[in-house]
Amino acid sequence: MSRDRTLPGLAVATLVLLGVAAAAPGWMVFTLVVSLAQGLVVLGLMVLWRAGLMSFGQSLYYAVGGYTVGLINIQFGLSNALLLVLAAPAVAGLLAFLLGFLLARYRDIFFSMLTLAFAMILYGVLVKSSTLGSTDGFSILTPSFLGPHPGPDATQRLLTGLAALIALLAAALVHRYLKSTAGHLATAIRDNEIRVEYLGYSVHRAIHVKYVLAGILAGAGGAIVAMAIGHIDPEMAYWTTAGEFVFVAILAGAGSVAAPFLGAILFVVLRTYAAQYTPHLWHMVLGGTLLLFIVFLPDGVWSLFERACRPLKRRAPS
Amino acid sequence: MTALLDVRDLHKHFGALAAVAGVSVAVAEREVVGVIGSNGAGKTTFVNMVTGYLPPSRGTITFRGRDITGRPPRQVTGLGIARSFQVPQVFASASVLDNLLVAIGIAEEGRLPIWTPLRRRQRVARALATLESYGIAGYASQPASLLPQGVRKLLDIAMATVRGPELLLLDEPTSGISVGEKFAIMDTIMAALRAQRTTVLFIEHDMEIVDRYAERVIAFADGVIIADGPPQAVIDDPEVRRLVVGERVKVAE
Ligand SMILES: Nc1ncnc2c1ncn2[C@@H]1O[C@H](COP(=O)(O)OP(=O)(O)OP(=O)(O)O)[C@@H](O)[C@H]1O
Ligand SMILES: [Mg+2]
Repeated sequence: MSRDRTLPGLAVATLVLLGVAAAAPGWMVFTLVVSLAQGLVVLGLMVLWRAGLMSFGQSLYYAVGGYTVGLINIQFGLSNALLLVLAAPAVAGLLAFLLGFLLARYRDIFFSMLTLAFAMILYGVLVKSSTLGSTDGFSILTPSFLGPHPGPDATQRLLTGLAALIALLAAALVHRYLKSTAGHLATAIRDNEIRVEYLGYSVHRAIHVKYVLAGILAGAGGAIVAMAIGHIDPEMAYWTTAGEFVFVAILAGAGSVAAPFLGAILFVVLRTYAAQYTPHLWHMVLGGTLLLFIVFLPDGVWSLFERACRPLKRRAPS
Repeated sequence: MTALLDVRDLHKHFGALAAVAGVSVAVAEREVVGVIGSNGAGKTTFVNMVTGYLPPSRGTITFRGRDITGRPPRQVTGLGIARSFQVPQVFASASVLDNLLVAIGIAEEGRLPIWTPLRRRQRVARALATLESYGIAGYASQPASLLPQGVRKLLDIAMATVRGPELLLLDEPTSGISVGEKFAIMDTIMAALRAQRTTVLFIEHDMEIVDRYAERVIAFADGVIIADGPPQAVIDDPEVRRLVVGERVKVAE
């Protein structure tokens, strides 16, 4: 078995990201924080995907994360970033726990469509709620940190730094989870559910845990993006948002907990450039990219990364 | 002495077909019971009901004096009954070692095995020792999908035994295995089980195997038990000869 270098790799990557958050130009910092938020959601999708399940409705928890931030702002006047970024995943996780009892019974396309259905219901509710600004949504309070308000630019940088640390924590914990017995049950469930039950473990519970994990991560992503943009609207729950997460998941691949973040950054870059250089064709560019990935890189960009590292290892001893 | 497993008046109907039609049997602790019967006699259906995979249409199943009728496989496994499958049920895309590690991981950890790494050192050692006792340690790193049938069968049985079940039901442990290997494989299985003091009920078509390993034989025909007793007496029973053994001999030749 080869040595697992994921954790040191994540630590180094986080240091680089903290450097970017501190010193890079404002637009780059903004791009980074949005990518990190998206990466968190996709990390959750990866956990489900490994068990052969794909959520087409992860926008549900993304929106719940965002609106939790907004509602805490309104109800309690609280804007502390750390508090909000913990509260939002807790609420999202609770909802996932409740819906999980139903969803854990479904597989394949039925699972996917059911997740989509729940996201559509939330979208409908949000659009109809005039107290929550209906289709316009509403503004989020500028996030605060311990100490006095540091000004808009520094706030964004601090938020991005916080997002990088949360991404590190989430990736490290998910990595640990994937190596555990429950993590390995993903393949086991895909291969043979009957055997899992006969070994004495509930397949429903295994899937339920994965679903809650994915919900928590999507809630965290939604909270971060809400604070970074300073605004939330029902679009967060819409199926196109959920579709983007699936897109990034495929782009990224499920090979490592770092893959979703790499995929998210790649996606934002791709979309930005496509929109800039081909203003009317950018959907086509994204579609074409997805097509190329599915055909030529079914294991995502991460597999390129792995391939790039492997020959080095082989060459070394000779 | 109370029975370990006590089955009363068990029935299973599939539409108009009565696959099991009134089976009552008691198995004592440490017994090694062979189950024979022609194809479609209801042997697998019987095992499926005892282990909770199929709910019985009628009847009760008692294990250690506790009614377990209709409990799902997961709970039945937890109570100490394990089974192997006529068609081995393994995790095809995982390695042989990982297959066993998952089985051990589930057995060792509780309801949320989310923190301890699956491949922790003591567990790998235990898994390799188990594979060794079944004579398949050499396949540890191979994906289960590429295994020869006999090895896959042994892996299936090894996975079923990691919890140290009190009762093990083996569904045709030697089917799909060449005649030359059958005895060696049964020796391996039985030695491993004797060491664990497991009560065993095995379904088998090969009368030589039944005669050699069973202390008691139960013959099934058309969903009912037609004979139950010492191996030679059951195999020589005229009814069993007509319905079970004779037919198999013809098939074998
Ligand atoms: N799930 C099912 N649905 C419908 N019929 C079934 C089902 N399972 C078994 N049967 C039928 O019940 C009867 C008994 O089947 P069973 O598998 O128990 O036989 P068996 O004694 O194990 O035979 P074999 O030696 O071929 O394994 C057969 O006629 C079979 O076709
Ligand atoms: Mg059978």
